Amino acid sequence: MTIVERNNVKISGRRDGQPLMFAHGFGCDQHMWRFVAPKFEHRFRVVLFDHVGSGDSDASAFDPARYATLDGYARDVLDICHELELEDVVFVGHSVSSMIGVLAAIAEPGRFAKLVLVGPSPRYIDDGSYIGGFSEQDITELLGSLESNYLGWSSAMAPVIMGNPDRPGLGDELTASFCRSDPAIAHHFATVTFMSDNRPDLARVQTPTLVVQCTNDAIAPVSVGEYVRDAIADSSLVMLRATGHCPNLSAPEETAAAIAAFVDR
Amino acid sequence: MVDGEESPEVLRAALEAAAELYQRAPCGYLSTTPEGTIVSVNETLAALSGYRVDELVGRRTFASLLTAGGRIYHETHYAPMLQMQGVAREIALDIICADGRRLPVLVNSILERGPDGRARLIRTAVFDATDRRRYETELLLAKQKAEASEQRARQLARTLQTTLVPPSLPNITGLDLAVVFRPAGDGHQIGGDFYDVSQIGAGDWLISVGDVAGKGAEAAVVTALARYTIHSAAIRRRSPAQILSNLNAVLLRDTTTDRFCTATIIRLRQSKSRWTATVCNGGHPPPLLLRDNASATALGRPGNLIGVFDSPRLYDSKISLHSGDTIVIYTDGVTEGRHGDEFFGEGRLTDTIARHTRSAQELCDATLTEVLDFQGGTPRDDIILFAIQILDDGPTHPRVNQR
Repeated sequence: MTIVERNNVKISGRRDGQPLMFAHGFGCDQHMWRFVAPKFEHRFRVVLFDHVGSGDSDASAFDPARYATLDGYARDVLDICHELELEDVVFVGHSVSSMIGVLAAIAEPGRFAKLVLVGPSPRYIDDGSYIGGFSEQDITELLGSLESNYLGWSSAMAPVIMGNPDRPGLGDELTASFCRSDPAIAHHFATVTFMSDNRPDLARVQTPTLVVQCTNDAIAPVSVGEYVRDAIADSSLVMLRATGHCPNLSAPEETAAAIAAFVDR
Repeated sequence: MVDGEESPEVLRAALEAAAELYQRAPCGYLSTTPEGTIVSVNETLAALSGYRVDELVGRRTFASLLTAGGRIYHETHYAPMLQMQGVAREIALDIICADGRRLPVLVNSILERGPDGRARLIRTAVFDATDRRRYETELLLAKQKAEASEQRARQLARTLQTTLVPPSLPNITGLDLAVVFRPAGDGHQIGGDFYDVSQIGAGDWLISVGDVAGKGAEAAVVTALARYTIHSAAIRRRSPAQILSNLNAVLLRDTTTDRFCTATIIRLRQSKSRWTATVCNGGHPPPLLLRDNASATALGRPGNLIGVFDSPRLYDSKISLHSGDTIVIYTDGVTEGRHGDEFFGEGRLTDTIARHTRSAQELCDATLTEVLDFQGGTPRDDIILFAIQILDDGPTHPRVNQR
């Protein structure tokens, strides 16, 4: 199994373009970027992938020990960069992948040109004066939600493959598999995501960074986005009119414009 | 009245019926803006949640009615699914009611788009799932219990399995030994294959490989019995045939089981730096000898199964070994590995081992890989491959390393 197969890496856009890598967050897969990524193909070499255990990645590569912390996922990002010999990478991470990108950029600062963090949170759980937005009890409840929705998942769905990416609508295959993953892996990923604390890592980021912040984001509130901006030396924050946690789906135009303004700068 | 048109009275009655159905449907209905703000709810949902309609409409988002965990699920799964597919079905969530009570619900939503393709409205049906959730919780508990119990069973099997084989092979000067043991299936079944190496004198070693019929705990008991019987018989007897006869008698006498086994014992003896092998096969596939790049030859005469006959035919065959010789002892899990109707077979085995004679370990590892690949990764039977290579051994070398 190659790294490209393991992470279901998909490459599009200009072959000689600067690499622009999109990473999806907890819950779904690379299709989260399907309305945003194509807008960059005329100028960039666009790289999409699924985290191991999500989407159409090779779930057999899921190793609870390797992925016990976000560092395991960051190592995968670097694996992909090495495998494809990507240099001067612009990394766009949504949700938990923001912190995965932060960890990758700290590990190999020379490889990354810019970081775009969409709805980032370095810690979801409140801690003293820090307001992450959730209590530990809330996260336990989330894990309960995942278990209750276990019955909506069956192993028969797992191997479903995405059809033709040129097709405008989504294939029935994707309808069946999108946002559904092996409950044990989802449970593990949720625990790692929502229990992690990456606040100390932010100060170590040297890469120029943009925080893309939504209005009324129930998962990553504005104050958390501002915390990230303040903690990363070379960073700025752009506020979207879009609400919710997934502007890449609900407001792809605005999201793409914010990313483009930063990467074209 | 034009044909096909209804009278105003009929239309009004139909509209009233529709409104009544909406308000008093046997499930809750709510509609929200694409951002989630509630624009209408029916009476059923108001009653289920304990809120008045005017406390919800225009004031609350659907997500704000959920538990914090449910809100995260909503943002990370539900909303993306709706945006992407236009529909989300059978999502289990908990609504926090006006009195703080949690109401388990199952939710279906559709996203309505306007003629311009923009999201316009989300329509959601909410079903009270209190009893169903209770049942599902029981199912989940049962599943967790079953998983924990399987975990314990695996642990037990692993522990037991380690008692059926020695923890490591001894270093014997002049010999290169290696073994691979791959239990059948995915590792929680304990099987009937065993092997052992014991020293019976200076430069005098006994290597046994066997296979007890069947699998599971009962087979494992017999496997342990066979291994220890060989071990203790070897203290008094030197002949492999006599040791296997002794095992035959013990198995026949044991009334708790009618299981039998196959086994091969090889006694390796060093005298004046030359090794000789005495081989006895009790119903077991004969060991293979590789010498001077010639194709593999079978060692020893065929003998009877152990634990079946009162006076089994068992023969000791003695041969001199040369440096560079390789002996491979294996169990039938190797040759009977199946791909469809086809067996791995002795032909493939002799081909494979002939290509990997650099070291005993390489031979075992490479052969195991081929056997597993042949049957798609998960073996149906235990596999043991035991390889012995005779190294160049000058007379000045020490004869034996103590264990």
